[in-house]
Amino acid sequence: MDSMTSIAVASIVCAGITTAFGTMVPSLAEGRAVATALTSLAQQPDASPTITRTLFVGLAMIESCAIYCFVVAMILIFANPFWNHFIEAAGK
Amino acid sequence: MPLTPDEMVFWGHGFVKLNATIVFTWGIMLLLTVGSALITRKLSTDLKRARWQNFLEIVVTGIVKQIEEVGLPQPAKYLAFLGTLFLFVATAALCTILPGYSPPTGSLSTTAALALSVLVAVPFFGIKEQGIGGYLKSYIKPTFIMLPFNIISEVSRTLALAVRLFGNMMSGAMIIAILLTITPFLFPIVMTALGLLTGMVQAYIFSILAAVYVAAAVRTRKRSVEPEPKPAPST
Repeated sequence: MDSMTSIAVASIVCAGITTAFGTMVPSLAEGRAVATALTSLAQQPDASPTITRTLFVGLAMIESCAIYCFVVAMILIFANPFWNHFIEAAGK
Repeated sequence: MPLTPDEMVFWGHGFVKLNATIVFTWGIMLLLTVGSALITRKLSTDLKRARWQNFLEIVVTGIVKQIEEVGLPQPAKYLAFLGTLFLFVATAALCTILPGYSPPTGSLSTTAALALSVLVAVPFFGIKEQGIGGYLKSYIKPTFIMLPFNIISEVSRTLALAVRLFGNMMSGAMIIAILLTITPFLFPIVMTALGLLTGMVQAYIFSILAAVYVAAAVRTRKRSVEPEPKPAPST
């Protein structure tokens, strides 16, 4: 396997693993957050604006972790710096 | 496949490049300023009003109410900054229904600029409210040990703001682009509708987070009992 092939294999496999774990764990966390928020909404419907806003902010915080993983996966596939470096080196 | 609208260059001369991000940002700025100037040209205070005036009043009072609920007692002081953030991000997301448009917030440069303006605005409002000494004291609030962590949190939340908005908008555009090659006709429309929802939620979250950070910087003096100036949104 030359270096291009190994870079391609490593990038694709790592992008898959990144997406897998990066969606699994934040979705579990978001599910727990929403479930807790629904419970407290059922108990205290009067506090619904506060609970909803805090829930949104918290969900954004949790989701940003998933977004980091997504950005890393996208960079690995579409804008891989090592890949571009070796393509430039091969072109010279 | 273009990852960001930065790669669509309309006109270039030397190192000055006019890419899609800049052009669409200018377009949104023009739309917002000209639109609000046209609407506010003849305002009326009696019961008979124009529809657009009602629309703008709904938007502005909604933003004011949200800022107030986060815990800023005088929302008029922060309305210009936080409202502009919300309106810009929301308009950038809403315009995706126009064909040939790609949101400028899908470029890391735009979102980094927005996040940097939040990074500058938080100390600005904090110093304006409680003086430079009082603001700097909030960095060593519980103990002196917390100083590096407070500085790290300033930097990391700026990075998080930028990357969150960029990732969400970029992923929306990219999913639609990928789906266009797989299932060309109907399914991308559904994803566009979902992207509109995501864009509005992101605009809301961006401005609310900025408001929470500003509130944390402004309020620390009154809440000195608390162990850490956490952005805890109260009622």
